[in-house]
Order: sequence, then C-alpha cells, then structure tokens
Amino acid sequence: MSRFEYAPAPESRAIVDIKSSYGLFINGQFVDATDGKPFKTVSPASEEVLAEVSEAGPADVDKAVRAARKAFDKVWGPMSGKDRAKYLFRIARLIQERARELAVLESLDNGKPIRESRDVDIPLVAAHFFYYAGWADKLEYAGVGDDPRPWGVAGQVIPWNFPMLMLAWKIAPALAAGNTVVLKPAETTPLTALAFAEICRQADLPPGVVNIVTGAGHTGQALVEHPDVDKVAFTGSTDVGRAIARSVAGTRKAVTLELGGKAANIVFEDAPIDQTIEGIVNGIFFNQGHVCCAGSRLLVQESVYDEVLGRLKRRMETLRVGDPLDKNTDIGAINSAAQLAKIRELSQIGEDEGAERWSPECELPANGFWFPPTVFTGVSQAHRIAREEIFGPVLSVLTFRTPAEAVEKANNTPFGLSAGIWTEKGSRILWMANQLRAGVVWANTFNRFDPTSPFGGYKESGYGREGGRHGLEAYLAH
Amino acid sequence: MPTNETPRLEVRKTYKLYVGGAFPRSESGRSYVVNNAKGKFLANASQASRKDARDAVVAARMAFGGWHARTAYNRGQVLYRIAEVMEGRHQQFSTEVAAGEGISIGKARAVVDASIDRWVWYAGWADKLAQVVGSSNPVAGPYFDFSLPEATGVVAVLAPQDSSLLGLTSVIAPAIVSGNTVVAVSSYERPLPAVTLGEVMATSDVPGGVVNILTGSASEIGPWLASHQDVNAIDLCGVASEDEARDLEIAAAGNLKRVRRPADEDWTADQGLSRLTQYLELKTVWHPIGV
Repeated sequence: MSRFEYAPAPESRAIVDIKSSYGLFINGQFVDATDGKPFKTVSPASEEVLAEVSEAGPADVDKAVRAARKAFDKVWGPMSGKDRAKYLFRIARLIQERARELAVLESLDNGKPIRESRDVDIPLVAAHFFYYAGWADKLEYAGVGDDPRPWGVAGQVIPWNFPMLMLAWKIAPALAAGNTVVLKPAETTPLTALAFAEICRQADLPPGVVNIVTGAGHTGQALVEHPDVDKVAFTGSTDVGRAIARSVAGTRKAVTLELGGKAANIVFEDAPIDQTIEGIVNGIFFNQGHVCCAGSRLLVQESVYDEVLGRLKRRMETLRVGDPLDKNTDIGAINSAAQLAKIRELSQIGEDEGAERWSPECELPANGFWFPPTVFTGVSQAHRIAREEIFGPVLSVLTFRTPAEAVEKANNTPFGLSAGIWTEKGSRILWMANQLRAGVVWANTFNRFDPTSPFGGYKESGYGREGGRHGLEAYLAH
Repeated sequence: MPTNETPRLEVRKTYKLYVGGAFPRSESGRSYVVNNAKGKFLANASQASRKDARDAVVAARMAFGGWHARTAYNRGQVLYRIAEVMEGRHQQFSTEVAAGEGISIGKARAVVDASIDRWVWYAGWADKLAQVVGSSNPVAGPYFDFSLPEATGVVAVLAPQDSSLLGLTSVIAPAIVSGNTVVAVSSYERPLPAVTLGEVMATSDVPGGVVNILTGSASEIGPWLASHQDVNAIDLCGVASEDEARDLEIAAAGNLKRVRRPADEDWTADQGLSRLTQYLELKTVWHPIGV
C-alpha cells in the first residue's frame, strides 16, 4: 500500500525578531554584564548562531538581587494583592497575544517541535500566569494559616528542556505570593526568558520585581549562594540539586527542588492497547525525551509483551524526526552537543551491557544535534540504562508477571517523580497508584500538566511541589 | 511478727533502648550516667552507637510498609491508645520529668498532662490530613485529577534537649500520625522519660519498629542518621550548635532528605500544621474521563 507523504509545512520565522546581542535584565532595564563575557546561543537544529548573550558574574547577580530586594521592600511587598493580581493577569494576556512568536522562538532556541511549543508549552505558560494571578489577592485562603507572608527575594534556576514553561512555573507563584525574583535561565535556552523581560516592560511591571540573569553554572551558583536570597527554587539534575542542598545548609533559605526521574510506565495485559501505544510514545518521545518525568522505563506484562513491542515499533516507524519548525515534526533536535554526547554514551553502555538496541530507519539532518527514537529490549534492572536518567528519546523495556512485581520494579530506584499505569481495571489503577512511590501518577494517560495540578517528586526527585495551591505554599512563609 | 519492719528496698529499673519493638541494651555495651538536675545519680542509660542507629533504621524501614498501609482511622486509634496508656503511667512520667528537668512535681504533672493532650490532638489528625492537605484539581481537560498526602518514609528525629517529654512527644507524634516511622535520639541529659515512652509504645498497639528510641548523644549518632541513605527525612530540633546543624544538613543532602532545621520552639504552644506537612509527600493521580 502506498503511503501519503507529508509535504513540508514550516512555520514562519518572520514573526520573531531576534537581536544580535542581549544584556541582563536588571531593575527593569537591559544592562551590560560588568565583566562582559558574552556567549552564543545556537539553534540546535542547525547550529546557527541565534544571538549573543551576556554571562552574569557575581557582581551582576549581586546587582540583580539588590534590585529585587529594593522592589520587594518598596513596591511589590507593600502592594495590595489585588494590584499584584492585575499585573499577573496583564502578563498572562501579553503571553497569549505573543503566543505565536514565543512558540517559534522557543522552538528555534530549544529545538523542540513547533507542534509542542505552540500547543503545549506556551498555552500552559499563559495558563500558569492566569492561575496564580487569581491567588495573589486570596493568600489568606490558601490554607497555610491566617498570616501567610512572602519569603522576600527568590533566586530561581531553571533548565533548558521547557525554558518558558519552567519560567512560568517559577515566576508566577513567586510573584503572586508577593516575592520578587531573580531568575537564571539555562545557558543554552535564554531567549524566551529575555522575551519575557520585554513582556514585563510591556506590562509596566515595577522595576526590580523580575530580574533575569543569563549565564551558566557559575551564575546559578552565585545566585543560589547569595546571602540576600531568601528562597531558592531549582529545577534540573539531581546532582546539581544535591549541590544546592549542600550549599544552602546552615542558612535560613527556603528551598524547593524539582530533580530527575526514571519513571516506570506500567502496561498490564488488559490495557487499552491503542491508547497505551500512544501513551508510551508520548511518555518517552515528547520533547525528545528531555523530560524529567518521561516514562523512560517501560514495564510490560509478559503476556502482552510481543504485541506491545510489535505495535510500538510499528508506531515508532511513523515518527518524523527533523526541522523543529515543521508543523509535521514529532521529534526535534537534541538541545546541545553536550547532551547528545551524553545520550550517545549511555546508549552505547546499554549495548555494551547486553541490551538490544532498535531504532526505526530514519534519516537525520546533516547539521544540528539529532538522535533517533530508540528502544532497548532485554533490559535488566541492573543495567545503567534502567537506573540512570538518559534525558533523551531512549526507552528501556522490562517485563513483569504480577502487579506486585510491577510495583517492586517500579519503586526500585532512588527517584520518585512520576509513573504511568495502563489497565482497564479501575480497582487495579487505584491499588497501583497507592503502591507507587512517585509524586505524579498518570493512569491511562501520560505527561499531562496543568497549573492547578501539583507536580513534584518523592525521594531523590526533590522536594516541594509546583502547581496548584501547594505550589503557592512553597513561596509563603507560614 | 516483727514490729519494726525495715522499709522495702525498691527494685530499680534498667533503662534500655527501644528498637524494633524490643528493649536491647546498646550493642556497644556502653552506658552513661544520668543525673538529676541537682547532679544526683538517677540511673545508667544505654549509650546508643552507630550500629544501634543503623539497626533502628532497618527496623523503621521494615515497619514502614505495614504502618503506612494502615487506615487513617486505625492510626488515629493507636495514637489515642498511646495517650491512654500514658495516662496510666502519669506518676512515673511526672517523677522522671521532675527529676530530669529540675522542676516541681506539680509543674512536671502539667508537662505530662500537656504531653498526653498532644497525643490526643495529633491522634485526631490522622483521618483529617487528607481532606485538609489533599485536593481535587480542576484541570483544563477531561481528566479526574486528585492529590493526596502520603508519608515520606523513615524520619530521623534528634529530639529536643531541654523538653524531655513534651518536646519528644511533639516531634514524634506528627511524624507517625501520617504513616511515617521514626528513629528518635532522646535528650542526652534527660533520657528517662524517653525510655518510659518507649515502654508505652510497646504496650499501645504501636507495631514494633514504628517508633524507635535511642538514648545517647545526638552529636555522635546524628551524623550517621543524617547521611544514612535509607532515611527520608531528618528533624534537627535537638541540635544546639549552628555548625553541627550545618554539617548535618550537608550530610542530609546526600539523598536529598527532607530537613527540618532547628529553631527556638515553644513546646507548650499550639503546633499548627507545619510539623505534620513536613513529613508528607503529595501524590497526584490523573485519569481520563470518558464513556
């Protein structure tokens, strides 16, 4: 049977105006970094240089924290919740108005498919600002006591996998609770955060309430360790999370950490098979697998193993890898050369340890950073690909016989961020959900996010929750 | 019949550790002298070692699954039972608190009253936590999405040094009511009420291993608990030195333990929710809605 081929359907880049260089956003102004070390941000799909960005040193971070402190003391702290809410509603609206532009910018800088940045990331960003805007004048009803108070200055460090969404997760609740923020976006994906700085200006947000300092690990460290930061929020790897937990030890800083995961996606023999295959694909190949809660360990009941694997491979053959700005693209570019090297290394280790590697035939673009969707079978629990976070489009498949065995294997990890359950049996879903030691359990669905829904991990996946009333609580002293 | 009966020679109590529902001496064979507030000898207490701490963590981990799986109603009943059994030992607790803390027997009785009342207060929380802390989340899509609190796991507690019974109660009760299990290091100078509390646990339908009480030095045992990979949370309220607390926090970062930092606390005051929520994880479950 002949197949219909997709014609290319690229999203226009014309909607985005990228400057050749950017400063730091401090106290409502774009300013040059004092030590002036610029770095380049590239499109991972083409390795084209998009812009030059400033690296903030300790002096710049200090300046940003001072601006945030002043804004907290003089403007944002004393402001009525009602007015703070209005600013947040304004920001939410501006994001909606500029949604197209932000989605293109995000896909250019991050490499994720436009389908995802347009339909998932940016709508959720706006939704988060809308949700938390409504909390700003209702803090006394948030169930954290009758006198909830903001911590003060929040230092926030976010990763490169959902640059704008993570910004929203951090900034929206912080501002709603009355904190001011200094945010450091990831060094490979700073552009939407800088666009957000412009949005803050369009919203007439008072200077210093939001400050954006770009840079890499050292900038983040200077921010987290700054003595005048009251609250630290970090999303990223467990190793960096550990380092942050150590560095704030003995201080009075409040901390929330959203760290790594190695989610089990558990398929029972009575699972609704079509939805399950889609769920597995969505679970691991969404955003190139650059998702801390990705369903990277597939646990399949032995009785349906052959059918599930056969169908999964057939489905994987239809995945389109390529230009992130093409609306047909399912899997975009790996975010950086370094990340690609890490995925390659761990995949090689998977092969070396005896697991069987399979990828559909797919042509990868000549330039840029690419990795085909990959599945490993014959994986045992001791294999590194079953234990370590790969953070790429790589799925490890294990099997089980009984629900108890599935629970045992699913929980056999130091992580505890998320899990998936696929079965038609309601009582089994609820039993499994009870047994799994994970902060988010998706039953017959996967990778769903919503501003009203708390998200966060058990064990070494971090502490604190983001989203919902609980996400607000993390920004209030009580 | 003898007319001048000599006073009865009392049977003195041997104070031991409470680990896994049993009362062992320290595996190290060590004990230390416990004096009253005036410096008079009261007893020898077991001086728990690093190995005792590890044994206690093993016991707490073993007990976690079963305790956590109990219904909230049942856990509430068991906590209330602790209060009932303490009531029966009121005199003993009062004597030990008075001797250790150097307060009058009248004041000590008030402390014991407050401790018992605190168990009753926390007992009532068992089946209310999920309603107060949990939620059904109105997500923008056809999904049923709810969040429920769950116990964090094994909680290590370095108990207050001054408040030997009320302080200890105030840190153990909020941890276990939600299904956590506890390894507590008692006040070093005033360990006797803690040992007696262990005896209450053993006779209050609290499954062995749910609460483990070590007498000894928090400075000595604390680092082993803080760095233990199978401890999920640690309460540092009994650590006085800032340097020590910092070092313990650094050690706790190894497996990203939830850390409760030391703070000046008024143990007589209403405790609010913060100690309860400190040892909770929130689990969010999504399911599609459709026909």
